Amino acid sequence: MTALLKGRSPIDLVFASMTALAAFTVCLIMLGVFVSLVRESSLSINKFGAFSFMFSSDWDPVKELFGAAASIFGTAVTTALALFFAVPIGIGIAVFVTEIAPDSLKGTIGAAIELLAAIPSIVYGMWGLFTLAPLMGKTVEPFMQKIFGGIPVVGHLFSGNTTGIDMFTSSVVLSIMVVPFIASVSRDSFNQTPSILKESAYGVGATRWEVIRDVVIPYSKRGVFGGAVLSLGRALGETMAVAFVLGNSKRISLSLFDAASTITVTLANEFTEADTDMYLSALYHLALILFTLSFITLAVAKFFINRKTEEHDR
Amino acid sequence: MKIARMLLAAIVAAVFLSPSGGNAAETLNGAGASFPYPLYSSWAFDYNKAFGIQLNYQSIGSGGGVKQIVSRTVDFGASDDPTTTDALAKDSLLQFPAVIGGVVPVVNVPGIKPGTLKLDSNTLCQIFMTGIRSWNDPAIAALNPGVKLPDSRIIVVHRSDGSGTTAIFTEYLATTCSEWKNKVGAGKAVAWPTGIGGKGNEGVASYVAKTEGGLGYVEFAYAKQNKMSHVLLKNQAGNFVEPSDATFRDAAASGNFDPAKHFHAWLVNAPGKNSWPIAGATFILLAKEKADVNKKVAKFFDWAFKNGDKQAEKLTYVPLPDALKAKVRDYWKKNGIY
Repeated sequence: MTALLKGRSPIDLVFASMTALAAFTVCLIMLGVFVSLVRESSLSINKFGAFSFMFSSDWDPVKELFGAAASIFGTAVTTALALFFAVPIGIGIAVFVTEIAPDSLKGTIGAAIELLAAIPSIVYGMWGLFTLAPLMGKTVEPFMQKIFGGIPVVGHLFSGNTTGIDMFTSSVVLSIMVVPFIASVSRDSFNQTPSILKESAYGVGATRWEVIRDVVIPYSKRGVFGGAVLSLGRALGETMAVAFVLGNSKRISLSLFDAASTITVTLANEFTEADTDMYLSALYHLALILFTLSFITLAVAKFFINRKTEEHDR
Repeated sequence: MKIARMLLAAIVAAVFLSPSGGNAAETLNGAGASFPYPLYSSWAFDYNKAFGIQLNYQSIGSGGGVKQIVSRTVDFGASDDPTTTDALAKDSLLQFPAVIGGVVPVVNVPGIKPGTLKLDSNTLCQIFMTGIRSWNDPAIAALNPGVKLPDSRIIVVHRSDGSGTTAIFTEYLATTCSEWKNKVGAGKAVAWPTGIGGKGNEGVASYVAKTEGGLGYVEFAYAKQNKMSHVLLKNQAGNFVEPSDATFRDAAASGNFDPAKHFHAWLVNAPGKNSWPIAGATFILLAKEKADVNKKVAKFFDWAFKNGDKQAEKLTYVPLPDALKAKVRDYWKKNGIY
């Protein structure tokens, strides 16, 4: 760092060290969290094994047998399903706002999206429990069961009692929460498409749909992907909104209409009353898994984004 | 610059003038179970008015309460389930009951008048074990002669979060039903064989109310305040009782609280003629060596035992019976904190 600052004024030096300190604090906190998670979960790691814990579907606080499989399964399913709903909707909103909507509407819709992102997740949770879940359980899910229930294999996804406290409802709540991320990041990157490219395409006779499909979206792939990753991170770690509507059941079920559990839901529901050391340690172990999982997901996404940049630059 | 200076002045003023800074009034800190929180804070409010002593109670859950008193970061801990004598000895803690609460099964059975459905421990256990799946099951019909039960599925609703309410309820099932005891057991969170989970009393209540054929369990106070449709339960004496102050009092009176065991006792399946079978006391935990602080905590609860019964009843808790209060005072005396 000193090499960098040779010949600069002392104020520059102070300023640079302060920013560096701030930056390193982040790494230090990350490391600190990781170390304390490992330390707190050591009891569980020793008993159940760091990896076999992830593949055991036991969760019996009374007999002190713990495993993360059910929570990991629920996290994966709800997150994937939420993105499945949210990505097309978010991109659709962005396309409409940037390319199709008249200027008078752009501001209103943009503000509405940003407001959606500002709603605290506990509010989504309460709304999910008291409004959405009954609606899903009584109307939407029976209807879907009628349509898809008869199809072999796929029908399994829609079997069981429709109570509204299940993976499907949770995914819908999650998707509503992450749509704003995808929409606003996509909108920003769509806006960055050079207008000269678009105008040339229009100039050679491309329709609006063709311009969006062949010019705007390919140009901003990276931004859209970035938005999706952001929302993946949010969906992975979301707690309060799903804690109310997922039921915290530790049974792995193939039906989307069954209660399940995610890692964060387990933590939120059981942390306060975890009264034995092993129980608490198992919860820390779950937190450690989520920490690692989020880290890996974001690292992989970063890797892809960077690779895409290179391709794009070529 | 001017704004910054004003801000600084404001902060300095706030620190020195606030009642918590500097010469603070005497304060007791407690943490633990969320169930008695409304009552403790209401008692604390009046106690502060009368004696100027502040009592801060954080409702962080029983598990947290026990942890905090074990690590001596609070003046007293509070727990919804009794700590065993061995565990108390290991962490050198004292324990006494403060107030009584209980659990009420609530139902939503179409065509049945609220508060009339009769169940016993065995049918309840079978429903939660999935042995009984429909409301018109012969076992339920046998308890409700002359009642036309609907042919609808029973949807079990339990707590999704760890809870003292679950601890009392599962303790009742485990005490009365050996199948439950062997396969599931009792605790604040258990591996439920069936059912959907609602978060908190409000989560369970909302699901039972909205789901036809729903059966769940909530705190007595919650069921009463929200006028939920409870069931009549057959108690150990063979009578069908309804959850009320009287039946809870009866259960409390028949409870076997032994000061030698630091009052470790559950009030489930109480033998009294009119006892509601699913009740339990909530407990206070003290660090044995902190005699001075303990004296202050004991003084607070002594005051609450003398003056707080009305408030407890108003908030739908059941005060300790007088005989038990006397036992608690003896226990304090014996441990030199009264």
